[in-house]
Amino acid sequence: MSRRVLVVACTAIYTFLMLPLLVVFPISFSSAAYMQFPPPGLSWQWYERYLDDPQWIDATVRSLYVGVATAILAVVLGVPLAFSLVRGRFPGRWLLDRIALAPLIVPTIILSISVYGLFAKLKLIGEWYGLVIAHTVLALPFVVLVMAAGLRDFDRALEQAAEGLGASRLRTLLKITLPLLRPSLVSAGLLAFISSFDELVVALFLAGPNMTLPKKMFDNIMMEIDPTIAAVSVMQILLVSVVLVLIDRFGRGLRGSAR
Amino acid sequence: MSSRLGGVLPALPALLLLFFFFLFPVVRMLGYSVEGGSFEWYAKALGQGLYLQVFWNTFEIALIVTAICLLLGYPLGFLLATTTPGWATLGFIFVLLPLWTSVLVRTYAWMVLLGRNGVFNRLLVQGGVISDPLPLLNNFTGVLIGMVHVLLPYMVLPIYGAVRRVDPALISAAQGLGASNARIFRRVYLPLTLPGIFAGAVIVFVLSLGFYITPALLGGGRVMMLAVMIEQEVHQTLNWPFAAALSASLLVVTLAVYAAAQRFMRAGAGS
Repeated sequence: MSRRVLVVACTAIYTFLMLPLLVVFPISFSSAAYMQFPPPGLSWQWYERYLDDPQWIDATVRSLYVGVATAILAVVLGVPLAFSLVRGRFPGRWLLDRIALAPLIVPTIILSISVYGLFAKLKLIGEWYGLVIAHTVLALPFVVLVMAAGLRDFDRALEQAAEGLGASRLRTLLKITLPLLRPSLVSAGLLAFISSFDELVVALFLAGPNMTLPKKMFDNIMMEIDPTIAAVSVMQILLVSVVLVLIDRFGRGLRGSAR
Repeated sequence: MSSRLGGVLPALPALLLLFFFFLFPVVRMLGYSVEGGSFEWYAKALGQGLYLQVFWNTFEIALIVTAICLLLGYPLGFLLATTTPGWATLGFIFVLLPLWTSVLVRTYAWMVLLGRNGVFNRLLVQGGVISDPLPLLNNFTGVLIGMVHVLLPYMVLPIYGAVRRVDPALISAAQGLGASNARIFRRVYLPLTLPGIFAGAVIVFVLSLGFYITPALLGGGRVMMLAVMIEQEVHQTLNWPFAAALSASLLVVTLAVYAAAQRFMRAGAGS
């Protein structure tokens, strides 16, 4: 009986969670120039407007390569860091642990203006690699958390067996440890990519005149709301869905990465 | 080189990045707040009614958002943890899809839904329920709705984890002894899932304190929160010392909440 109340309540909460994601779909296909709901007719015009506008395409391409570069850098730096944190036995490990996760706790606005101040001095504002560096700082904790979870579940007997059979430590790492950790690596890389691809606050300060997709969206929302944003939103939701499916198939699994 | 210190070597590149592009810039920026050795900017931030009001607004919003997230997040986490695997997978998709969708996309969607000519108001006016559109956007209500939507998954996930860890044998035992569902919830689930509730509440509260995008867009300039004010001081007023003093205050509060929570959790885990 009370179970039914719970299910009804949760259905309402799920509706609240999914409603904003669903509402952009009909609006993106609207034939009206102003926000009208339900749309008076259907058209592809807002998708065409997005594809025909070099500014939108430029911003999308920039976000894509900044995201990919961030994911690569965050994994290359974050995976060894996670190894150190889980397996290393050295004084001050607790401090390293705090520092590695600090970018999650320190409000992004503080990181943004701090790096903005430094990069203005170094003339790095508007440079794509400046953005990659700042995004990597933000993505590192995700990589560390996912990899550390994977490493803690790791059966070290497999490594000992490989070394017992005469494999060098490097060979064991490359042939045993990393292949077995591939699901965690996939999840960590995709998480790092998405965290950069969606990131707005740092980009507001560091991107300068070179728009990223979130910054272009922000500026458009501030100036005029037309359904082009809905079309961009739909594409973003689809991209994230694809990434979620990828993580579910090749990563640590949705519930695995949630814990 | 001793093997004791060898363990830290792989961390070195990441550590250098964090040092040069995180710790150093933050400390450098915070240093502006006490330039010339005076605390006048802190006096301004914490002493003047106008700015103090922003601190209170930020706290108030963070508290209300945390409370609403708890109220909505507990049933959701509980259902996810106790339902069949098939339903749980579907439920997870509905929690994780919004979590991973850009905050900007979701904030835009709420503008479409809540605006004066938005979906809700149009449907309600056309349906004859109300004659004038409700003010749902560019105010406190809009910011609350948007923030709860963004932060709810952060509450659901730890609660789900906590409910999952409750030993089903305890529930069977309680049922066998004749306890009602309400009593089982109150005497078994609630005390055992308290750490999950606490973890979720701390994350949501701390994230709320530093929130920027949602208040900036859904508040319509009428709901001032700390992060929005810091951004304006840097971008519009160009008053770096004052922005630094505000940032330092925000950072101290955030870290204090976090440290207190950690101590409390460790004490709870020890007992």
